[in-house]
Amino acid sequence: MSGSGRASSSGRASGSGVARRVWVVGLAAALAIVVVAGVALCLGDVAVSPAQIVAALTGNADRLTSFVIVDLRLPRIVTSIVVGLCLGLSGALFQTIARNPLASPDIIGVTAGASAAGVIGVVVLGLSGLALSGVVLLGAIAAAVAIYVLAWRGGIAGYRFVLIGIGIAALGTGVVSVVLTRTSITDAQSALVWLSGSVNGADWGRFLPLAASAAVFTAAALVLHGPLSVLELGDDLASGLGVRAERTRAAAIGIGVVLAAIAVSAAGPVAFVALVSAPIARRLVGGGALALAPSALIGGLMVLVADVVAQFAVPSLVFPVGVVTGIVGAPYLLWLLTRTNRVGRGG
Amino acid sequence: MDETAPSGAPTPAHTLAARGLTLGYDGREVVHGIDIEVPPGRITAIVGPNACGKSTLLRGLSRLLAPEAGEVLLDGRDIRSQRTRDVATVLGLLPQNPTAPDGVSVADLIGRGRYPHQGWFRRWSAADDAAVADAMLATAVTDLADRPIDELSGGQRQRVWIAMALAQETDILLLDEPTTFLDVSHQIEVLDLLLDLNRQRGTTIVMVLHDLNMACRYADHLVAMRDGLIVAEGAPENVVTTELVSRVFGIGSLVTADPVTGDRMVVPMGRHHRGVEE
Repeated sequence: MSGSGRASSSGRASGSGVARRVWVVGLAAALAIVVVAGVALCLGDVAVSPAQIVAALTGNADRLTSFVIVDLRLPRIVTSIVVGLCLGLSGALFQTIARNPLASPDIIGVTAGASAAGVIGVVVLGLSGLALSGVVLLGAIAAAVAIYVLAWRGGIAGYRFVLIGIGIAALGTGVVSVVLTRTSITDAQSALVWLSGSVNGADWGRFLPLAASAAVFTAAALVLHGPLSVLELGDDLASGLGVRAERTRAAAIGIGVVLAAIAVSAAGPVAFVALVSAPIARRLVGGGALALAPSALIGGLMVLVADVVAQFAVPSLVFPVGVVTGIVGAPYLLWLLTRTNRVGRGG
Repeated sequence: MDETAPSGAPTPAHTLAARGLTLGYDGREVVHGIDIEVPPGRITAIVGPNACGKSTLLRGLSRLLAPEAGEVLLDGRDIRSQRTRDVATVLGLLPQNPTAPDGVSVADLIGRGRYPHQGWFRRWSAADDAAVADAMLATAVTDLADRPIDELSGGQRQRVWIAMALAQETDILLLDEPTTFLDVSHQIEVLDLLLDLNRQRGTTIVMVLHDLNMACRYADHLVAMRDGLIVAEGAPENVVTTELVSRVFGIGSLVTADPVTGDRMVVPMGRHHRGVEE
């Protein structure tokens, strides 16, 4: 994000111009989510009209329509949105802390750690539900702690953090491969769908704990907005302004890890959403703003749109959503790598 | 500079001092048991050769570095026993090489200086607007408000950072080499700005300076350091002598009157320049 995200001249000499643009982008993204969600409710094997959707949502539809809308399509849509919110926000936190656009949980191994733990949980331990979520969270935490400890040299510097994270990601992927090669073909196949990131078969029973935990940690992340926007100026200035730098950083990383784990336990490691959401949001808001809430909303919109594409782009074939985000995200990663190399600032 | 306190300026209520302050990094001691009392409402310059501990002392005074022994007293109380956010409403700091996030605008950056005045669920208030507008006016960066900071010149950028420190509205302002990397016109510009700030608002200023002559011109109080100790301190006209320059910097010099201001002026001498015989 460089100079091109310039503030449109607000004429007011203050940070409130930035705050207004954060609101505008956030509301636009939220509106887009509502519109896409509405469209997604109409799409599917059973054609449903907007009027029927309103009827179903208000409890006035026949049982079949109600079942299709409320029990099949809606949980999948809201799960996609919440997974995206968590990933977008988690990416924004990590990228801000490391001051590096590469430092998102899917690149530096937090989601890889969560996936490794998840696969072990599913295939080896036969877990599901909350127990599986707990194991996924432990995996994410273990990866983050390993990165933090290995990258810490009297503070964490951006480049080191990313490089060690990439190593941890490789380790996590390795663990996944080992587990998969030692399991039966049917187990491996179901694990693979989860591993590519999928919201197939989302239901209310799994959505409610997901939404509740996501809400708590999203609120916690937004409370950190003030301290983080100051911490971006460097530890010395931030301390001078009354921010406890190391404590704020630890809190942001902790919340980012939990958010990534929540997303992974709900939908598997949906690729690249955490990497691209915050840069897109920051570019839309402009002026170098931190833009945590817009990053989350852009993430939600992205997974939602990707899942619609995954379901309906190829007739009679439903892809895992992570396949679509991967196709979009991979070129961005390549562009980012060439660009950071040219500008000479990988961290 | 004149010895009397500036008339008309508000008297600052806050005091900064250190007692037996020992500072270091990873067990390597850099500052050895310093006592210092910063004169309130004045400009203090800390001078000394590289690695004499002057920046470390500033870090200690601004609570960035925990003392290994002794204490820093803000308003007579240990600075580390006070809430860091409360301290930030009284004492501001501009480090040597501050970094701005990519693409951040001047107004946004200066606005972040308001952090200690905002609550947990920070709402941008009219007071914040006023403080930012005021700081931009004082540093003449109002016209740059919407420009990204990475597009500015070095001198403009330093004015923006000082504006951010001003927006913090503290009675005490510590600056670590605010003129480094600036050409001479921008050095003068920045120092004039700090002098305005001191004379008009009564802000207590403590700055680490490289240039002894600039220190003589702009400081009311000079602190000369060498090897982690204070060698001399006081008004520049009482302190700066050929002997002091020799003791602190280890070079010969001629100390004369600044032809412009009448302050002390140091003309350093190297091995090849021993001065002209009278």
